[in-house]
Amino acid sequence: MPEFWIKMWEWWPEIFPVLLRATAMTVQVMIGALIVALILGMAVALMRISKFKLLRYPALFYTDVMRGTPALVQIFIIYFGLSDLGIEFDPVSAAIIGLGMNGAAYVGEIYRAGIEAIHRGQVEAALSLGMTPARAMRYIILPQALRLMLPPLCNYAILLVKDTAIISTIAAPEIMFEARRLVQATFMYSISGQIYLLCAGFYLALTLPLSQVAKRLEKAKERWR
Amino acid sequence: MKPLLRIVDLHKSFGTLEVLAGISIDVERGEKLSIIGPSGSGKTTLLRCVNYLEKPTAGHIYVDDKLIGEKQVDDKFVHLSDRELAKERAEIGFVFQRFNLFPHLTALDNVSVAPRRVLGLEKRDAEERALAMLEKVGLAHKAGEYPERLSGGQQQRVAIARVLVMQPKLMLFDEATSALDPELIGEVLKVIRELAEEGRTMVMVTHEINFAEEISDRVIFMDDGKIVEEGPPHEIFANPTHQRTREFLRQIIDR
Repeated sequence: MPEFWIKMWEWWPEIFPVLLRATAMTVQVMIGALIVALILGMAVALMRISKFKLLRYPALFYTDVMRGTPALVQIFIIYFGLSDLGIEFDPVSAAIIGLGMNGAAYVGEIYRAGIEAIHRGQVEAALSLGMTPARAMRYIILPQALRLMLPPLCNYAILLVKDTAIISTIAAPEIMFEARRLVQATFMYSISGQIYLLCAGFYLALTLPLSQVAKRLEKAKERWR
Repeated sequence: MKPLLRIVDLHKSFGTLEVLAGISIDVERGEKLSIIGPSGSGKTTLLRCVNYLEKPTAGHIYVDDKLIGEKQVDDKFVHLSDRELAKERAEIGFVFQRFNLFPHLTALDNVSVAPRRVLGLEKRDAEERALAMLEKVGLAHKAGEYPERLSGGQQQRVAIARVLVMQPKLMLFDEATSALDPELIGEVLKVIRELAEEGRTMVMVTHEINFAEEISDRVIFMDDGKIVEEGPPHEIFANPTHQRTREFLRQIIDR
């Protein structure tokens, strides 16, 4: 056992900077995908609750497909599949688009649940006062729904950080990809255990603060109810 | 002068269930109309049709000579757009049984949100008007409170202020006191009585028989989606003509 830690101490200066840079990339991808998911997800949610079938059905289809197939497959289709049709993406863009579109389905559901949790009576009161459905949504429903949505959105962000690992498969220079490259480069020294342990550490460094925020949001939500 | 509210042969079905089976009512300007009847008689649905929260299956509604919820294009009737409908609703005030205050806004904001976002008033003007209405219902001192800190009676009074600030031509009350604890009913009835004395046109669905008798010009008894009997309060309450009216009143009063 102590040998493990001796090796860790020895190799630390080599491994750490590489993984640190990779973590910056992970964060970049995660934020990019999150932004795409948050914006696209709102469109999906509004379509899902629309009274027009023409909007509802495509949104439902999109959500079912995105949630029913592995994100990995979706990213492969965007990165490898589309290039056959002449549309090329670099790994990072493909990752952001793929994870973002996938996330939009999940985020859309979070939005929808938040909106539908707002009691119908309030919608009716808003409409009775002369607000259009759009105004009622903007001033009455969404402000309240937002507070309900924040904890699950925060949890989704945590999942997203971890899911970025799958883009290592399309050679995006994030944590897992760089880690595996390091393992291969240092194969004769057998320090894969140390490398992957450090990876876990970096992921934790990203997710732990988010967990704290999520817990605080939950408490705030309880207090506010 | 034409009636302020005209309900013409109104029908409403939910699927195969017919809730309104042909209702026709005229309400004159300044008239106070009370609607009583057992649950399921359709009285709440009737009220909700007037501001188009429910879409009638057949029949028409006119407020101040204007068709509600639809417009006539040649000889056909067409639904209104969201904006047109919203404009019509702004002139009709609806007070809900369960108040339906916006929990994320203070009492003042609850009352001023519509003047700001519907009428387009500046924040200061909207709040001035809102405060005046809260004053009117006796709750100016609670302007900064959130609904969860208010009693039921206070919440309903804020809800009434929220309606009043829009200066509606017609006010609809859907069992405004039914969800209140008995000791809180009085404060709300007091406000409603004052509104009645101001000459407003009011239609009230209510179980408060004594109150209805006191402030109504006319009472309608509904059952099974139809008007069974109507007339001045003392006639309906003291001397009902129909058997069903008698039975209903006996149940209510004998409590």
